[in-house]
Amino acid sequence: MRVGLIGALAVFLSVSPTVRLSAQDTTAGKTVYVKWCAGCHGETGDGKGVAALYMLPRPRDFTGAVYKIRTTASGQLPTDADLMRAIDEGLPGTAMPAWQTRLSDGERRNVMAYLKTFSSFFSDTSQHPQLLKFSSEPGGGTGAEALRVGRQFYDSIHCYKCHGPQGRGDGPSAPDLKDDPGQPILAADLHENWRFRGGATAEDIYRQLRTGLDGTPMPSFSDLLDQKFLTEEQLWRVAQYVRSLSPPKAPEVRDVIHARQIAGTLPVSPDDSAWSRVDDYYFPLVGQIIRKPRWFAPAVAAIWVQALHNGNAIAVRLTWDDRSQSPDTGWNKYTRRLLQTMASDDSGPQTLAPWPDQLAVQFPPKIPEGMERPYFLMGSNSGSVYQWRWRSAPRGAVAGLARGIDRFDTLPPASGPAARAVWDHGQWRVVFTRTLATADTANELQFAVGRAIPVAFFAWDGSSAERDTRMALSTWYFLALDQPTPPGTFISPVIAMVVTLGLGMLVVVRAQRRDGRRAAARG
Amino acid sequence: MRKLGSAAAIGAGLLVWALGSTPGAEAALDGATVTGKVKFVGKAPANPVIDMSEEAKCAAKYTTPPRELIVQVNANGTLANVFVYVKTGLPADAKYPTPATPVEIDQNGCMYHPRVFGIMVGQTLAIKNSDGILHNIKALGKKNRPFNISQPTTMTTNRPGFAAVEVMLPFACNVHGWMHAFAGVLSHPFYSATGTDGSYSIKGLPPGTYTIEAWHEKYGTQTATVTVKAAETKTADLTFTAK
Repeated sequence: MRVGLIGALAVFLSVSPTVRLSAQDTTAGKTVYVKWCAGCHGETGDGKGVAALYMLPRPRDFTGAVYKIRTTASGQLPTDADLMRAIDEGLPGTAMPAWQTRLSDGERRNVMAYLKTFSSFFSDTSQHPQLLKFSSEPGGGTGAEALRVGRQFYDSIHCYKCHGPQGRGDGPSAPDLKDDPGQPILAADLHENWRFRGGATAEDIYRQLRTGLDGTPMPSFSDLLDQKFLTEEQLWRVAQYVRSLSPPKAPEVRDVIHARQIAGTLPVSPDDSAWSRVDDYYFPLVGQIIRKPRWFAPAVAAIWVQALHNGNAIAVRLTWDDRSQSPDTGWNKYTRRLLQTMASDDSGPQTLAPWPDQLAVQFPPKIPEGMERPYFLMGSNSGSVYQWRWRSAPRGAVAGLARGIDRFDTLPPASGPAARAVWDHGQWRVVFTRTLATADTANELQFAVGRAIPVAFFAWDGSSAERDTRMALSTWYFLALDQPTPPGTFISPVIAMVVTLGLGMLVVVRAQRRDGRRAAARG
Repeated sequence: MRKLGSAAAIGAGLLVWALGSTPGAEAALDGATVTGKVKFVGKAPANPVIDMSEEAKCAAKYTTPPRELIVQVNANGTLANVFVYVKTGLPADAKYPTPATPVEIDQNGCMYHPRVFGIMVGQTLAIKNSDGILHNIKALGKKNRPFNISQPTTMTTNRPGFAAVEVMLPFACNVHGWMHAFAGVLSHPFYSATGTDGSYSIKGLPPGTYTIEAWHEKYGTQTATVTVKAAETKTADLTFTAK
């Protein structure tokens, strides 16, 4: 009886090939997949979902079973744990979100099992993904000597070829990079580790150096260990050096930029050493997807802002990473590939033009009294915005009034901002300066100390075919010109505290006395 | 037990050596040969000039500006870098030994040598970097697992053989976007690639009727059907026409 049962089970198992992956799992996984994943990754798992055309990097094509983030050698399948990591944590810097908090453990495991069914590689028994043996991180990774060795091997294994001499993804091979399906792909900007697909730590970086990012131009460096070109420790130093290029902690967005008041001359040069002592504010940018033609692949991911004033004028320094000093014909290959890849709402073919890099800083024409502000997307007919616009070619800045995304009227240059810019190994640094007050009080913002002044930012990378409505933008934030702190600022809170405490005690003591008298009377 | 194992290993090794040293040995005595030329008709397009200014070491190896050899028409009107192989006609159950010697692909002057080649399933691929500058070697297989490894210096990396038949399997270098090579991965040794004389030769075939396919990276495929008797040599020319 028992034998018969086992026999029947064996027959059932042998005729049902999907049982190995657990039939229940994949069936339930399909339901999850269709609901949450297919929009991008496609019903058939080919990475061609309806939303895919608007994404760069494109969603993973599961049919080839080629995965970037693994713990296995280049060319091998990922482990289940590798796939779970991508599902749980998502891929930073891409459209792939973390699903850990959105789907249950079971749902995530099931969907992982289901997406493996898209490729025959996973059911091929000759494929045995083996974990690479990773060494543990040597200490002293943030010390000067470790970073020196790291930098030395960053150069000797030629990381700079793609990632650039300063690590901003602007190396000589960068404009011609494409992924396996032929889409344009950028070498990572190593100064933004919070956008690294496989994680931000030195350990993550070491792992990526060992495994490579399959499907991308990033190769595996494991063979170099076998061939004794460098040691495990030296490879770790490369990882630690790369880690050191990003801030110790991922930047957080703060709503208000404080412009400290200084005495004397403002630093007008982007590389004035005075800027190193000024608080730096980080603002992430997103693609402009409200007005057509929309833009889903913004090149400038974030902008850093510093500001100072001296009671008479204001200086604002804007720093952002941009791999090219546009227009640069060296990047035409990338631009062309990008135009062919990204879906557009434009009619007609896209032709290449020498588009410059651009930046706009936007304020309301007047500091608003209440919470009302002009429309953040460059104002409207009923409410204009005052903007500083800078471009890389021909180099210069103007001020003007925008009344909507497609209407910009330049103001006379007399009181417009002065701008000085530096492009340095994949980074723009631009300083705008202007007097706080100007003659044209009707159109030009009059900066006032101690007020919350709305401010927003727009950035264009010419080599990414960005111009007009194709741009990266922020929402409204605030700029506050701080007053020099009078000594009273520190004393008055103390007095207030003492007075409050005194009054409070008086009330308590009186109440206690009254209670005491009542108790005595009752007694 | 261990002794037995090692003896078996040596025995297996000898067998591989004996078979591997002369590919197609079992059919060699009365093996037939199919040979011919791959002709080219029409006007060849100009190959793109490569900008090697970023790689002084490679650029120095050329006296005239190097070009991508996409369409390489020989002086005698034939086409180089065509992969010619037996597509159908071999006995379904035939097994052919994997050669012990690796196939070498060299990166020299920031180009692959050879650009087009054949390799048997399981045969080691020796990837050589003669340039001494950074190359990454990316295999873009669909039926085989794609891989991507780095060679920042003069070195040779032996890759274990490909697991599946694939015609063709492209190779690329991302550091130098113009570098492309193509491998025909087959489970039998009946293949050839044309060179500067545009000829091919497939030896040691058992008697039978075969479909010979010629593959070119730009012009696609051409086929010919050939019937050979034992020890016979037959000529089958193939022709590609400019598009």
